[in-house]
This record gives sequence, structure tokens and C-alpha cells, in this order.
Amino acid sequence: MEIRVPLLLLLLPLLLISWFAPNPTVALYEDQVGLMDWHHKYIGKVKHAVFHTQKAGRKRVVVSTEENVVASLDLRRGDIFWRHVLGKNDVIDEIDIAMGKYVISLSSEGSVLRAWNLPDGQMVWESFLQGSTPSKSFFSAPLNIKVDKDNVVLVFGKGCIHAVSCIDGEVLWKNDLSSESSDIQHVFQPLGSDLIYAVGFITSSKLVIYQINAKNGDLLKQNTVDFPGGFSGDLSLVSTDTLIALDSTQSKFVKISLVNGETSLLSTDIANLIDGFSGMASILPSKLTGMLAIKINSYIVFLRVSDKGRLEVVDKINYPAAVSDSLSFLEGQHAIGLVQHSESKIHLTVKLDSDWNSDIISESIELGHQRGTAEKVFINNYIRTDRSHGFRALIVMEDHSLLLLQQGEIVWSREDGLASIMDTTTSELPVEKAGVSVAKVEHNIFEWLKGHILKLKGTLMLANSDDIVAIQEMRLKSSEKNKMTRDHNGFRKLLIVLTKAGKVHALHTGDGRVVWSLLLPSFRMSSACHRPTALSIYQWQVPHHHAMDENPSVLVVGRCGFSLDSPGILSFVDSYTGKELYSSSLTHSIAQVIPLAFTDSTEQRLHLLIDGDGLAHLYPRTDEAVKIFQPELPNTYWYSIDGEKGIIRGYGLQYSCLPGISDEYCFGAKELWSIVFPSESEKVIATTTRKLNEMALSVIEGVVVSAIHASHCCLARSNCPYKEELEVIHTQAKVLADQDVMYKYISKNLLFVATVAPKAAGEIGSANPDESWLVAYLIDSITGRVLHRVTHPACQGPVHAVFSENWVVYHYFNLRAHRYEMSVIEIYDQSRADNKDVLKLMIGKHNLTSPVSAYSRPEVIVKSQSYFFTHSVKAIAVSLTAKGITSKQLLIGTIGDQVLALDKRYVDPRRSINPTPAEKEEGIIPLTDSLPIIPQSYVTHSLQVEGLRGILSVPAKLESTSLVFAYGVDLFFTRIAPSRTYDSLTEDFSYALLLITIVALVASIFVTWVLSEKKELREKWRTKRFERNAHRSFPLNYSLKSVQKVVSHHSVQLQSLASMCKAKTWLVLLFLLVLEYLALDIPRKQLILCNLLDPEYLFIILRPHAPMFPQESPLRSSDSYSAPHYDATVIINLATVSHMTFMIVSLAA
Amino acid sequence: MDASRAIFATLIALLFFFAPCVLSISSAHGEGYTITGRVRIEGLGKGFGIPGKTLNAKVMLNGGQQVSFLRADGYFSFYNVSAGTHLIEVSAMGYFFSPVRVDVSGRNRGKVQAALTENRKGLSELILEPLREEQYYDIREPFSIMSLVKSPMGLMMGFMVIVMFVMPKLMENMDPEEIRRAQEEMRSQGVPSLANLIPGAGRS
Repeated sequence: MEIRVPLLLLLLPLLLISWFAPNPTVALYEDQVGLMDWHHKYIGKVKHAVFHTQKAGRKRVVVSTEENVVASLDLRRGDIFWRHVLGKNDVIDEIDIAMGKYVISLSSEGSVLRAWNLPDGQMVWESFLQGSTPSKSFFSAPLNIKVDKDNVVLVFGKGCIHAVSCIDGEVLWKNDLSSESSDIQHVFQPLGSDLIYAVGFITSSKLVIYQINAKNGDLLKQNTVDFPGGFSGDLSLVSTDTLIALDSTQSKFVKISLVNGETSLLSTDIANLIDGFSGMASILPSKLTGMLAIKINSYIVFLRVSDKGRLEVVDKINYPAAVSDSLSFLEGQHAIGLVQHSESKIHLTVKLDSDWNSDIISESIELGHQRGTAEKVFINNYIRTDRSHGFRALIVMEDHSLLLLQQGEIVWSREDGLASIMDTTTSELPVEKAGVSVAKVEHNIFEWLKGHILKLKGTLMLANSDDIVAIQEMRLKSSEKNKMTRDHNGFRKLLIVLTKAGKVHALHTGDGRVVWSLLLPSFRMSSACHRPTALSIYQWQVPHHHAMDENPSVLVVGRCGFSLDSPGILSFVDSYTGKELYSSSLTHSIAQVIPLAFTDSTEQRLHLLIDGDGLAHLYPRTDEAVKIFQPELPNTYWYSIDGEKGIIRGYGLQYSCLPGISDEYCFGAKELWSIVFPSESEKVIATTTRKLNEMALSVIEGVVVSAIHASHCCLARSNCPYKEELEVIHTQAKVLADQDVMYKYISKNLLFVATVAPKAAGEIGSANPDESWLVAYLIDSITGRVLHRVTHPACQGPVHAVFSENWVVYHYFNLRAHRYEMSVIEIYDQSRADNKDVLKLMIGKHNLTSPVSAYSRPEVIVKSQSYFFTHSVKAIAVSLTAKGITSKQLLIGTIGDQVLALDKRYVDPRRSINPTPAEKEEGIIPLTDSLPIIPQSYVTHSLQVEGLRGILSVPAKLESTSLVFAYGVDLFFTRIAPSRTYDSLTEDFSYALLLITIVALVASIFVTWVLSEKKELREKWRTKRFERNAHRSFPLNYSLKSVQKVVSHHSVQLQSLASMCKAKTWLVLLFLLVLEYLALDIPRKQLILCNLLDPEYLFIILRPHAPMFPQESPLRSSDSYSAPHYDATVIINLATVSHMTFMIVSLAA
Repeated sequence: MDASRAIFATLIALLFFFAPCVLSISSAHGEGYTITGRVRIEGLGKGFGIPGKTLNAKVMLNGGQQVSFLRADGYFSFYNVSAGTHLIEVSAMGYFFSPVRVDVSGRNRGKVQAALTENRKGLSELILEPLREEQYYDIREPFSIMSLVKSPMGLMMGFMVIVMFVMPKLMENMDPEEIRRAQEEMRSQGVPSLANLIPGAGRS
């Protein structure tokens, strides 16, 4: 025994190390990519598109988008060859292809010109163009493809014309035209001319035409023409000597002719050209050659300048239509593409400007209603195999999706609306019922085994490349994760996202496919609502108890127009089917939406909508809702933050709305408290609550941001209202290493506010350390009490913060160290600190069950600490799990568009330089000045979520796992397990290895059993042989007799058999003997084992089946025979079977 | 001797810390200055690789206020930058770059001083090199006996083997009297035999 102990001691640490190895990262193997994550790349709504199809080889279309993306797309499949996401302030003005190999992009209001290599997207050169006044910005790329010195890009931006060399981006000359505050509309160079014309307006009634030498940029001539009627600002270049403008009433055309340097104006009433014209006309921005498209009411009218210089109407089409620029194909001919609508179809027509009445192409494509109308169309021609001309059209739809049409078919489409997600929420999938189709899981046992053996090979690094491909395919193909039903682990959900275009998409978490999408009818432009904007999305109805049969639904909130006072729009959408249930246009505005903690009998959540006047409106508008809400009304509070003025106000609700208005769903508000930040020293830049989303005030300019709180907040684990949205906290107590207990101060009414010095409110680099500071507040939003305030000198924003449980972590910039910092504040409840007395607990004199009221004055203590963090941060979130037991991770969206998972243990205020052993045991990491960035803990691994804007974490049903959705221009989804998947086997768990191990173990058990039996016998035999001579007589009559009988009975057969088989075949003999013996069925006898000590001898051991002596036998008391364990052994000398000898040996245990 | 060496070391450290690293890479344009620098990644291409193409590299000024891309030779520029202290960050997949503190002097016509913020190392030229490569995936250990031995199952097996081979040896070295005593002890308890566990095989 003493020997085993040290061995065990030796082994235990080894075991411990292997189980609890301090590996904080939960990293991925490269072959696990795509197993539980998906990444979709988007580009956003296309603004410009340029085709590149002249040369043989890969055909592509280069696009620029509203998300500031320049991308090159494969024209055959719509895949992205390359793309670049420019900075958020670097809005793209225009793109074009120059010299057949460079993509030229103009951005930042005409001040940055870049050239990208067309095949691979490498930036070739970049030019910064100086200018002073903001103006329209555009450029014209040279048309010739040959590389010579004439490849000059004419750029107009910030009031200056620049001639930039296409080859290296050098500015050849520059001419500042901003001196007279002219608003230049067009810059053009007639073909073969050395003159460049710049046409624009000075004030609204003067037209100015500059003539510039194309060689050196000298201003040759300047014409100013007065037009007393004034211009509207629209100016269309019809041909190089004719321009059309509209007068200020937008009812007259002004034709501007430039002939031989002379300018003449001619105005024409639109009413004379178009019958029944009334109202106002506007010129469409499409660039048409020799033609003009104007929009009048609900029509688009095409006009042409005739040879005589007169305007004539060519065609008139219904308005929701898109017109392409004219495309020159063949000599002197131009084609124009039109997209019109009828019902659920779109019609693409391509016409020649010279022969308008006949269509080159006229196609109808069924598109359904979910894409809305076409907003832009770009056409491109190609030569068909029969040498005729074909056209393809790239269409940008109302929902920002992109389609390529060719030969009457949609070749590909891209859902690029998903690049501009406004808000997200999640929904459960339907429960699996009988009849609901369940995908086949495994085909048969053989394939299953084959799959697992492949996986095992992968684990053991024995797989070759083909196998790896097969493994990858098998994993991705596994249909399990893409089923349309709820799973036990809660991994399968619907991500419901609202895009800027007012479209709602439901994405499956398994692979990110769009399950359904709905272009909300109520969010489309209509006569009632000109500029509907979608704002946010909420869970409206989440049935679980009473209304299981009903589908869940979401609430989409928007408003008509951009201003805060515009009336709101509500839309209710079924989460399973994607149908709009109903919608309503509100009479009041929506400043904020507050989901309440109550649901009605159909599990519809009650929502309060606060309007711009501070009145609260209750939804759903039912009597039941009012009945539920009325008793809770005195306990409902809300607050608003006015970022501009720096005031936070807290409100309570009143039963009555405004005097004189009888609206039972409307409640007035009374101001309870307010916190005014001194405007000369503090400016609010960020606020965060324990609700999931962070609100940066800089985005919502000075607007009211807030949340509601039903007061009397609950105890830590009792039923906190509205737990679906709020995170779940497992325990309120935190047990320290020294058996001390700290109580987390858990109140969901806490509000984190960060303010900075007004001078430091700008970007980094604009303030010096002495005049900047950052103040962090923790405010109770029920009472307005400031619980904690801390000043960080020489720090500035931007501040990104996340609030969870009883802690807040915020990220800001330290100007003195010139590094980013992350601070943590943890709040503990001091009033419960004396609850540690066990005796008190036993006799019930503790106050654990006493209600915690938000009104009472809390005694809190605060612990905080700051760490350096390397990167800039775009978004920050915290991992949420179902029960809150799993340790937390911060999900940090870095400037490089990656999402880093940082263990909360690293941002613990209790970290110290030399933690005591007890603290180490508790998991406290020694203090370092900066937070570690472990590359393996990027949840996005080697991918980037371009243009990252937000991170959403949703708990799965499995406690260890949290679902993470990061969105920006790209979408990324994965599962993370902050403390590893301790409650389930990982995906790469090798069942085959387990099986093999079990088989091997069982086999080894049998082998060792046999061996041990043999050995045991041998041991006994050896010992007994020594004792044989000295053995005492004992009653063996019974067994002896029977053995003798047996052997004598069969002696003849044995003899013959043995002589037949020779001595070596003793095994056969043995077998026969055994069979014979058993067949005799001798009562209470059994043959157990035959052993061969010497190949020449066969031993047969006969063992009594039952105790040989009756229980009451007096012999039992005797010491030497206490264990009735007698065996008889028959030894047969196989070499001399004829002289068979019997040796009966007794064996005692 | 030791003391003087320490002082010398401190002096050197101080020199590094305060030594103004002069970079003449900015040019004044109207209201702002231009910062030009270069990103160099060893081992990518020849000398100056083409990081922009392979890594989707970007250079950010002041946390995304301006975003610049790399040319084929690794150069990047920020235009219209005001005088003051700025922060430049490089994002390139697979590499870890330290942010760079850049001081643009207003008096000296936009003279630029740069220092890495991670290790406070001054830069004499604005050439940014990665501090280290980043490996985003765990590397699967190639199959080896050691890994099998180190696994919990392997450890258990190892323990068994030790017990099987070492224990008898230890028993041999034991005092025979002790063995006898132990055996007697065991006998009095009755030795559980595997054979007894198999049904039908001798119930004694």
C-alpha cells in the first residue's frame, strides 16, 4: 500500500495538467473553418458600374457602392474578384476604367484620386488633389487605350480642374475656378479639340463658360451669360455644343448653344412640347447622347435636339423606371437601356437613339415583389456567336440587390442590401413535429463508419490531401446544422435583420442563407410617406407558454423622413413565414421604443413608444394591454439623454395624456430628476446600459436615447422582468479565495455615461493632453443618483463601452501614453457584506430575502483598474450564455475588422502583480500593463468582417455556448464557448477512436483474464507440487471416483485417438475429452481448465460444482479445511497414452 | 564596475527615449501636412513585398479617420494632416503591427517624429514592420507517440504498465515475512479472483 501512494502522487499532477491545462483560448484548427461559422461578403448598394469586357479573358464589372466599396465582380457568376473598403469619410464620387488596365476612383469630394490595377486590385498610384471650396466632383477618363502621354484624366473637384496623368498619377496642371464662387456642372472636351469647356452657374441667374487650354490648363476665355429667369441648377449635356438647363420654376427649358465660342440661350416652355404638362420637371442624371430625359409627375419624357436645333419629344414612359447612360456601340450609334415595371415583372428594353421606335432588345423577367423597383441600370454590349449584338444589363433594385440580366434571364443576383444592416434580432425556429421533414442524417452504418475513420485519420495526421478534402466536404455537407427546425442545443435560429432599404431578411444561423425576405410595403416610398426610413427591429411576440401554436413575430419601427418629428411607422412581421401581418402609420413621432417587462395573453410584448413631445404611447392598443400596464404604471420610469445640451432627465409616468386629449393608450410624463453636465467642461459622448446594445451619441445627433426600467428591481436570481433581452446572471455572490464573499451590485437600472472635455471631443490628434479628460459615471436611472464617478486625465474618446452583470468595461484613448486603454469598473453591494454570518443565516436573521428596492440608497464599493489595449475598437460586446454560469468573454471588433475574444479574467480589477497562491487558485492572472492579444482567440480567425459595425451575442440553449453575429459590409457568424464546450462533445470528437479503444480494452480484459487464470493455475500447481509429497489425506472419494470412472470409461477411445493424432494433436484430444466429459453430465461436476505445463502432459482440472461439505460439517471449523476448494487434476502423459497415469492432486486455494 | 555599467545602460535607454528621430517625409500643403511612410514585411516577395495585394493591408490614421492603402512598393500617404500627435495603425492579416505615434510638428514645417507605442521604440524612418506574425489557427500536432502518451488515456495506460511491471519488482524486494503477513491478511479477506466474476465458473 505504501508503494502505491507515491506513485499516485506522482501521477496526479500529470493528470491534472492534462485536464486543466491553462489554455484560455478556444482556438480553431484550420480544417475546422466553416464548420460552425460562415462568412458572407457583400459590397453594398451599387452607385456606379463600369464593364470591362473588351478583351478576351475574364469579363468583369467594376462597381462603386454607397458603402464606399470599390469592387471588381466576375460577370459570369457575380463573385468578387477583389474589393477595397475605403474609409468611412472617403465617399466615392465616381469610378471609371482608364487605359484598359486601371480602375480610377475619385473620392472624398474630389480630393483623392486612386488608380487600382484591374486584374488584382493592387493600388497603383494615389493622388491628393488640393482645392478650397466644396463643389460637385467628377472626372473623365481618356477613351483611348494606347499608352501614350495623352492619357490624362480630367478631374474636377473642390472648385479646381486637375489634369492627372493616368500612368503615375502626377498632376500635370491645375486650374482653380472657384474664385468667382462658380458652381461648375460639366467639364468636357470635344473630341479632337484642344479646348476644355467648363460650364456652370454663378449665383442662380448667371451661366458661366470657361474655355481652358487642354495642354497647359491656361484659362483662355470666360463667358458669362445672364438669364433673368434664373436656373434651377439642373444642367444636362446633350452634345458637346448643346446643353439643356431648367429655369427656376422648372417649367421651361433653356437651351444653351456653344457655337464657335459664342454662347446663346433659348428658352422653351415645357407645356408647349408636352401636352397637359403641369407642375415641375426635373432632369434625370442619366448621361444620354443627343437626348435628354426629364421626369414630370409620374412620367419620364425623352427629348431629342433635332438637327435644326429644336427640342422634340421622342417618348413618354411611366415613372417607376430606370434609364441607363447611353452606350456607344457601332459607329456613331448609341444604345439606351430602360427598365420598366408591370406587376411582378420587369421589362428591359434597349433602344437605339437614332431609331427610337424599334427595340433592339425587349425582355420581360418575372421577379416577384420582394425586390421593389429598379433604381439604376447599366448596360453593356457583346457580340453573339451569330455576330449580332447582344446586351446585358446590370440592375440595382430598390432593396439594394444587384442583378445581371442577359438573354431574358437573371444570370446572377447579389443580396447586397445585407451590407447595410440597421438592426438585428433573433427568432427561434419551429419545433420539430411529426410530419415536418427531417433531413436524412446518416445514410448507412458503413458510410458512417467510413466517415469516422476518415476523421480519425485526420486527427492522427495520417490523411492525405484527398482525404482532407473529403473530410471538409463531409463536415460542410452535414445537413444537421441547416435544418429548419429547433435543435436541442439551440444553435439553429433565425437572425432577423433590418436593412437600410427597409427590407427584412431572415438568415439561418447554420449557413447564413436567406430563409425569407420581405421588402416592407409600409416602408416603401408612397404619396403619404416620401422618405421612409427603417430604424430598428424588436421581438414582438415570442410564444412559449400559452400561445404555442402561434408564430413569433417581430416589430419593425421606422419613420417618415429623417427628422425626429416625422410620424412613425410600425410593421409587424411573422418570423416564420416572412409575411407582414399588419402595419400602421402613426400620428405621433417616435423618439424611442421601450419594450416592457409584460406580455399579454397572446404573448405579445407590451411596448411604450415615446414621441418627440415626451408622451408615452402604449402598444399593442388593446384594453388588455392597458389593464396589464395600469397597475405597473407608477413603477415605470424612463430617461432621456440630450447629448447636445448635456442633460440626462428621468421621468415617471402619469395616467393622463395631454389635457383635452382622451386617449387611453397615451400617458404623460413628469420629470423626476435631471443631471446637467457643465457644458464648458463635459460633453456626453457615450452611454451604455446593461441592455445589449450600446448607443454612441455621436451617431444620433443630440437625440434622446433611453431605456425603461420597471423599478423595484428583483433579486439576483428571482424573475427579473424581461429576461429574454437582458442577460441572465447566475449568482450574485462572488466567493473569493479566502472564503470571503462579495455581493455583486446587480441593478438593471444602471447607466454608464462617458463625458469628455469639449476640446477633446474630436478625433485623436486634435487635442493636447493638458486640455482633455474623460469622466465616467455610473448613474442609477430610477433616482438619478450618481453611484460612481471617475476622471481619467489626458484621455479622450471615442469611447466604446459594454455593461454586463455588475461591471462595465470601456475603451478610450490615453493621450499621454498615446495608447488606447481599457478600464473596468466592478460594483459590489456593501449592504449585504455582513451576510456572511452563518449563525445569522441559520436563525433567519439575514436580509437576503428582503426586497431590494431601487429607491433605497445603495451602499456600494467600486473596484477598477485600467489596462493598455493595442488596437482601435469599432464595436464591443460581451458573450451571453443561457444561464450565465460560463465565464464571460469580451468580443472586441478591432480596427482591422476582426473580432477578438478576450477573457473577462484579463480585465479583472483584482489582478495584482504578485497574486497570492489563493488568488492564483481563484484564477487571477498576474498583472500586466497591457491586455494580451492572442491571435488564436480571434473568433473571425483569418477572415475580416469588412466595415464592421456591430456584434450581437445570443445565448444558445447549451450553457457553454454563445452565438456571435458580427455585421458590417460583411456578415460573419460563429459559435463560441468561452470556457470550452464542457457540456458537449466537440465536433471533432473521434467516435471511431472511442470505439476502437473500447474494443481494445475489452479484448485486453479477456487476454489478461486468460493470462491471469493460467498464471494462477501455474502458481497453484507449482506450490502444490512442492507440497505433493507431504500432502495429507483428505476425503476426495467422491471426486476421485468419478474421475476414475470417466477416464476408465473412455480410456479405449482416448488411446486410439492419441495414437491416431500423434502427440502433437493434443489439442484435439483435449477438446474431445472436454466434450465427452460435459456430455456425461456428471452431477455437480464441471471441467474448468486444461493447462499444459509441459507439452507432453495434459492436465485436466476438475472442480466440484458446489461445496463438497455440508455447511454443518464439523470439518468446516477445522483450520486446514476451512475453504472448501478442492480440485482434481488429471494428468495425461500424451507421449505415452498407452501407459496412462493418473495423478490426482489436490489443490487448495 | 557594475554600477557604472548600469548607469551607462540607463543613459543609453534615455538617449533612445528622448532622441528625436528626424523624418523628413512630410510636406506642407496649404492647411495640412502629408505623412508618407512605408510598410515592409520581410519574407513577402523580394525585400519589399506586395503586401497590399496579398494581405488586404490598410493603414489607418487616428482610429479610422483616414484609411490609406499600400502601393505595390509598400508606400502609403496621408494627406491634409494637421500638426499634432497622431496615431497610425496597420492592419494586415497574418501580421501584428504596433500602432505608431506620429508627431507632426507645426513649427518645423511638418517635421515628423515617429515611435512605436507598443515598445516605445523610436523610428528613424517611417518604415513600419510587423512585430510578429500572427497564426490564427491551432496547429494540429503531427501524430506522435508522445502525444498519445500524454493524453489522459495514455497516462492511464502508463500507470497500468508501471503497476504491472514495477509492483512485482517491489514485491520481490519486500521482506518475506511481510509478504507472508500480507498474504495471510489477504487470505483472511478472501482473494477476489477474476474467475469468480465469470458466471458459472466456480462459485466457492
